[in-house]
Amino acid sequence: MHITDILVTGEPIIYGAMVSMVLVGIALLFLLTYFKKWGWLWREWLTTVDHKKIGVMYILSALLMLFRGGVDAMMMRVQLAFPDLGFLNSQHYNEIFTTHGTIMIIFMAMPFLIGLMNIIVPLQIGARDFAFPYLNALSFWSFFFGMALFNISFVIGGAPDAGWTSYTPLSGAAMSPGPGQNFYLMGLQLSGIGTLATGINLMVTILKMRAPGMKLFHMPIFTWSTLVTSFIIVFAFPILTVALALLTLDRIFGSQFFTLTGEGMPMMWANLFWMWGHPEVYIVILPAFGIFSEVIATFAKKRLFGYNVMVWSMIVIALLSFLVWVHHFFTMGAGAFVNSIFSISTMLIAVPTGVKIFNWLATLYKSKIEFTVPMMWSLAFIPSFILGGVTGVMLGMAAADYQFHNSYFLIAHFHYVLIAGTVFACFAGLTFWYPKMFGHKMNERIGKWAFWLFFFGFHVCFFPQYFLGLDGMPRRLFITNVAEWLPLNVISTVGAFGMGLGFMVFVYNVYYSFRYSERETTGDSWNGNGRTLEWATTTPVPYYNFATVPYVDEIDPYLRMKEEGKTTYEESELKPIHMPSYTAQPILFMALLGLASFGLVFEWMYVAIFGLIGGVIMMIVRSFDYDDGYYVPVDEIKRTEKKARGL
Amino acid sequence: MKAKHLRNRWLGLLPLSLIIFLSGCGQLEMTILDPKGPVSQMQYDLIVYAFWFMIGIIVVVFALFAYMLIKYRENRPGRKDKDYDPNLHGNTMIEIVWTVIPFIIVALLSIPTVTTNYALEKPPEPEAGEEVKEPLVIHATTADWKWFFSYPEQDIETVNYLHIPTDRPIEFRLTSADSMSALWIPALGGQKYNMAGMRTKLYLQADEEGIYDGRNSNFNGEGFAAQTFKVHAEGEDEFNAWVEEVSSEAPELTRERYNELLKPGLTDKETFSSTHLEYLQHHTNEDMGYVVEQYRDLFKEKLHLYEIEKQETWK
Ligand code: HEM
Ligand SMILES: [Cu+2]
Ligand SMILES: [Cu+2]
Repeated sequence: MHITDILVTGEPIIYGAMVSMVLVGIALLFLLTYFKKWGWLWREWLTTVDHKKIGVMYILSALLMLFRGGVDAMMMRVQLAFPDLGFLNSQHYNEIFTTHGTIMIIFMAMPFLIGLMNIIVPLQIGARDFAFPYLNALSFWSFFFGMALFNISFVIGGAPDAGWTSYTPLSGAAMSPGPGQNFYLMGLQLSGIGTLATGINLMVTILKMRAPGMKLFHMPIFTWSTLVTSFIIVFAFPILTVALALLTLDRIFGSQFFTLTGEGMPMMWANLFWMWGHPEVYIVILPAFGIFSEVIATFAKKRLFGYNVMVWSMIVIALLSFLVWVHHFFTMGAGAFVNSIFSISTMLIAVPTGVKIFNWLATLYKSKIEFTVPMMWSLAFIPSFILGGVTGVMLGMAAADYQFHNSYFLIAHFHYVLIAGTVFACFAGLTFWYPKMFGHKMNERIGKWAFWLFFFGFHVCFFPQYFLGLDGMPRRLFITNVAEWLPLNVISTVGAFGMGLGFMVFVYNVYYSFRYSERETTGDSWNGNGRTLEWATTTPVPYYNFATVPYVDEIDPYLRMKEEGKTTYEESELKPIHMPSYTAQPILFMALLGLASFGLVFEWMYVAIFGLIGGVIMMIVRSFDYDDGYYVPVDEIKRTEKKARGL
Repeated sequence: MKAKHLRNRWLGLLPLSLIIFLSGCGQLEMTILDPKGPVSQMQYDLIVYAFWFMIGIIVVVFALFAYMLIKYRENRPGRKDKDYDPNLHGNTMIEIVWTVIPFIIVALLSIPTVTTNYALEKPPEPEAGEEVKEPLVIHATTADWKWFFSYPEQDIETVNYLHIPTDRPIEFRLTSADSMSALWIPALGGQKYNMAGMRTKLYLQADEEGIYDGRNSNFNGEGFAAQTFKVHAEGEDEFNAWVEEVSSEAPELTRERYNELLKPGLTDKETFSSTHLEYLQHHTNEDMGYVVEQYRDLFKEKLHLYEIEKQETWK
C-alpha cells in the first residue's frame, strides 16, 4: 500500500493543517530534548497515578480540543456568512460539522469536567487519591488515545461525515464506505472505556473514601453532582458501547443490525444512540451545576440555599434523563400517544431545573456578591441558560417540535444550554480552582476581557439562530442559499469570532499569569473565603493531599475549622501515609489498544490482533503485579508541611 | 466607579440584544410564524401559546436576577447590616411555591400539546359550514437526493416538484428508497421522517394559493442541500387542469427510467403519466434494500458535487 492511498490529499486547508501539525510536533520534540525534559515528562506525567496530575492532563487535552473544535466552528461560520466564496464544499462541510460536534461533546466537555472532578473531588472529601489510582491513569490514557485516533482522521484516511449522531443507514458500510466512519466508532469506543471506568472509580471513591464523619448529606455540592453523574455514566455508557460495537460489526464484519439489506433495523440505532445521548447531555450539565453552586456560594459569601433540594433535584433529573430520549425523534412517527408521553416527561425535567435556578437566585439574596472572574461566568450562566431551558421546553412539545426539529432553532437551543451551561462552568471552575492547581491565580483584568468577549460573542452568535430556525433554515446545510437567511448568518459569524477572540485572550491569560501572577502563599486562595476542604490544604497541594484528615460532620466544614484554628496538619496525629506507586502500565496498555483500534479502522486485521494480544498481555502483567505502593514516612510529611506552611 | 460600571453593562446587555435582533427580524417574515394552512396554523398557535409562558418565566427570572445583583453586590454604597445573612439556607414555604408553579406551567403546556399531537394524526377538519373533503393521497418517496411524488388516483408522478389543490387535506405517505430523510414544508406544517422499509403518514393542507418551499430537512449526505422542491398550491380547477395536462402529455415512467433516476445523485424536475408504485414498494421489507444492492458501487464514490449551487431545483 502506498502512503498517498491513506493520506488525505487535494485539499489546501488539510495541507496547511498537516504542515502546522508537523511543525508543532517538531518544535515540541526539540524543546523537550533541548531542555532535557524527556525523563521529567516520563517520570512525572506519563507514568503518574496522581489524581491531580491526571486532572491537569485531562484539562490540557480538553483545551486543545476546544481549540480544534473551535477552528472547525469558525470554518463553518465563514462558509455560512460568505457562501459565495466557495470556501468549503458540501463534503468538506459535512466532515467539519461531524468532527466539531463529536469533539466538543466527547473530547472537550466531558474530559474538561472529568479533569476538574479528578483534581477537586478527592480534595473535597478528604481523600488521598482515587479508590483505584491505576485505573484512573488507565482511563485517562484510553481517553487520550481515543482522542488522538479520532483527530488524525482528517489527515489519514478521511474524517467521518455522518454527523455526531451518526445515524444509520447513512453511516453504514454501504453509504459511508472507507475508514472515516470507523474512526468515529473506534475513537468513541476506546475513550468510552475510560469514561465508564472513571464513572465507577468516582462512584467508589465518593462512596468509600470520605473523611471520617462526613455523611453523604455533608458532601460539597460539586461532589454530589459528580456522584450523581457517575451513576448516569455507569448506566448510560454501556448502551453506547453496545451500539458502537454493533455498528462496528456491521461495518467491518458484515453483520446486518442497522443495514437496509438483510432486514436490518436502521431506526434501532437512533433509539440506542439517544438512550445514551440524552443521559449524556446531563452528564455534561450536572457537574456544571455543581461548579456554579460552589462558585456562587463562595463569592456570595453565603451558604448555598436549599442544599437538600439541590441534591434531590439532581437525583430527579438523573432519573428523568433516562425517560425522555424519544424527544430527539418525535418526527419518526411513533404516534400521538408515545409522543405525548415523552412530551410530558421531557417538560417535567424543567421542574427540578427551575427549582435549581430559584435556589441560586435565593443564594444571592442577602449575600455579599463579589465580582471575581469565576463568579462572573457563574452569574452569566443564569440568564443565558434560562433562554436555552425555555426553548428546550418548547422543543419538548412534540407537535411544535415537528416545526423546530432539524432546524437552527434546535441548534440555538443546545448551544444555549451547552455553552452557557457546560462551557461557562469549565471556565468558571478552571479559574476558580486554578490557584489550587498551579499555585497562582489567573489575572483578573485579562480574565474579565476574556469573559466579556466570549459572553457577548456567544449571544450575538446564537440568539439570531432561533430566528433562522423560525424562518425554516435547516441544520447541517452547507450553504446559505436563501437570501433572507444571509443577514442573520453574518451577524452570527461576527459573534462566533467574538467567542474565538475571548478564547484566545483566555489562553493568553494562562501564559501571562504564569509569568506575572503573584504566587499563592496560603491554601485558602480567594481572600480566605473557601468553604470546603479543598481550600484547607496547602498550595501547591502535597502529593498525599492531607497530612491529617479532619473530622467532618457538617457542610462547609472548612468554615468551622478556620474559626476553631484547625488545619489539615495536626502534628500529634501524624501517621505514615500509604500511597500508590507510579507505573508505566496504563499508558502502554492503552497505546496497544489504540494500535488495535487503528488497525480496525483500516481493517488491517493483523495490526488489530497484534494490539489486542498486547492488551491481553498487559492484563496478565497487571494480575501478577504485586506492587502495593509505599508509605510516606512521618519525617517527610513534617518536612513537606513545614516548608509549605512556612512554620 | 467600578461596580457601577459593571452593573450598567449587565443591565444594558440583554434588552439591547433583544432590540437589535427583534428589529432585525421585524423585516423578515418568518415562515413558521406566517402559517399558510390549518396544520401550520395549529402548530403556530401552540408555539405562541407556549411563547407567552416562556416570556413570563424569562421576565420573572431576569427581574429577580437583576434585583439580586444590584441590591446585594458587596460594594454597593449604603449597604446595611441587615442586607447580609450568611446562614440563611432555606424556607419551606417559598420552596414549595417555586416547585408547584413550574408543575402548573408544565400541566398547562401539556394539555394543548397532547390535543395537538392527536389532532395532527388526522386530516385537518374543515372550517364550520364547509364540506368534508377526502384527503388527496400523495406518496412522497426520497432517494439520494431527490423527491418522487406519486399521485396514485391520478396515476401521475413528479420528480422534485409538487402540485396540490388548496383547501383539501393532503395525505402524504412517506418512505425512502435509501437514507433517512424528512419532508418539511414549513409554511404548511412540520416535518416527518421518510424511512426505507417503513411508511409514515403526514397530513398537510394549504389554504392559500402560492408557491412554497419544501425540502428534505434530515441530513443524508453530500447532496442534502440540494434536495429541495417547490410546492405549487393552486385552486381545484387549476390543479385538475394540470393533472389533465400531465396525464395526456407526459411520458410513462418506465422501470428502466425509474431505475436510472434512483441512482445516487441529483436530477432536474420531471413529470410522468404513471407512477413507480407498481414496480417497487420501498416501504416493504422486500424492497427496502433495493437501491443499496443495485448501486452499491456508486455509493462508494463521493460525488464531489461542486456544481451543486447550479442545481435547478434551487431556483
Ligand atoms: C429544560 C431542560 C431541557 C429540555 C426540556 C430539553 C429538550 C430538548 C429536546 C426536546 C430536544 C430535541 C429537539 C429536536 O431534536 O427536535 C433537545 C435537543 C438537544 N438538547 Fe436539550 N433540553 C433541555 C436541556 C438540555 C441540556 C441541559 C443540554 C446539555 C447540556 C441539552 C442538550 C441538547 C442537545 C445536544 C440536543 C441536540 C442534539 C442533536 O440533535 O444533535 N439540552 N433538547
Ligand atoms: Cu422507521
Ligand atoms: Cu434530549
